[in-house]
Amino acid sequence: MAVIDIRRRTGYLFLAVIVGHVILISTQVTTKRGVPMLEAVVFGVFSEVQRGANGMTMGVRGTWQDYFALRQVRTENEQLKQELGELRVRLQEERNLAQQSQALQKLLDLKASTTLTTTGAGVIAGGASPEFRTITIDKGTREGLRTDMAVIAPAGVVGRVIQPNTRAAKIQLLIDRNAAAGALIERTRAQGVVVGTGADELRMDYVAGTADVKVGDVVVTSGIDGIYPKGFVIGQIQSVSRGGGQYSAIVVRPAVDFTSLEAVLIVLAPPPAGGDSGGLAATGGKAGADQDRE
Amino acid sequence: MKTAGVLVAIALALALQTSLARFVVGGTAALDLVLVVVVYVALTTGPVTGMLAGSIAGIIQDALSSGTVGIGGLAKAIVGFAAGVIGQQFIVTAAFPRFVMFVAATIVHAALFMGMYVVLGLKEFPSPWAAVLSQALANAAVGIIAFAIIESLPGAIERRKYRRSKR
Repeated sequence: MAVIDIRRRTGYLFLAVIVGHVILISTQVTTKRGVPMLEAVVFGVFSEVQRGANGMTMGVRGTWQDYFALRQVRTENEQLKQELGELRVRLQEERNLAQQSQALQKLLDLKASTTLTTTGAGVIAGGASPEFRTITIDKGTREGLRTDMAVIAPAGVVGRVIQPNTRAAKIQLLIDRNAAAGALIERTRAQGVVVGTGADELRMDYVAGTADVKVGDVVVTSGIDGIYPKGFVIGQIQSVSRGGGQYSAIVVRPAVDFTSLEAVLIVLAPPPAGGDSGGLAATGGKAGADQDRE
Repeated sequence: MKTAGVLVAIALALALQTSLARFVVGGTAALDLVLVVVVYVALTTGPVTGMLAGSIAGIIQDALSSGTVGIGGLAKAIVGFAAGVIGQQFIVTAAFPRFVMFVAATIVHAALFMGMYVVLGLKEFPSPWAAVLSQALANAAVGIIAFAIIESLPGAIERRKYRRSKR
């Protein structure tokens, strides 16, 4: 039955036989380039099919990428923005860590340069009230901290321990209005007392009006208070004026930037009364030694 | 039955053709018995059978002649198909139309066969006209004789039977 059907479709059968013969011939004949003709013809025909399929695929892909995939791009964009934000935060953290590292390096240098027994501590909090200029550090009685221990930084004197806890301690900054330290002017050895004002500056009291005091003179600790080791830099004289009485009115700019304190050193062993600390800095230490010789 | 007969005819033609190979003149066979069989089959049975017979016979002939298999098959398939169509459309029962058919079929076959070889750059046929024409005349003569013999064969048998019965 099927044979009969095929025989009725003479045209198709004739075409099939012709094509069959052409294929048969093509398998044996090579082109001028030595490639079998069947291979060349099939490749030629199929390459066009491939070209068409590729064009179609690229078109669909292009349409997809240009339009439909934009939804994914939007999601990706939001994700990237989030990642960018996180990376910015991380960058700030890294930068902060680098700055902390620098500060700690300075502190380490200070620790190495002084003969005092000290321990390092990190600042973990500022003052709770603007009326009291205090900071909180991450070391306490467990590390041997006690009240009235001096707190210093590479730049100079920071303050003293006023409330040690087991694992933390509150430090009264030198600029607190209740803080005070025995001081002397490095150049002339004129003595006085540096007191805090509650602002970002200090006042040096009890300096005789006749004393040789100039703006820019360095003020260092005298060591007579029994808290601060001798010879540590407190600051520089910012202004000098003749007061109404026998003392000069002297304003001192602190050497330490109290707004950017991150790490400090706590002097564990109290300095000998009137003794030299062994030198915080070349200037301070030398000044203390000089005073001793005097 | 008809298919078997066609296959047997092709086989016989091929056997005769190969045994007559020594009569090759000028590089071209003076007689193509296979083509004669194909045209005969096409004229008597139609284009499809003619085409299939031409295809099979041509391929076998190509394979036996160490040529490019398929070229002779294609040429004979086309000729068989065309002869079958003409045989169905026109009355080709007289000797002269059959003669013309055989001559034309041979020329068309030669044109297709040689043309494909030349186009594909496989073989050259310098001045083939004389050989083609002689082959066409020989094929036509053999074809006419074959038709006459085969068509007279049933009547001769009947007459012989009749004579034997009278005795």
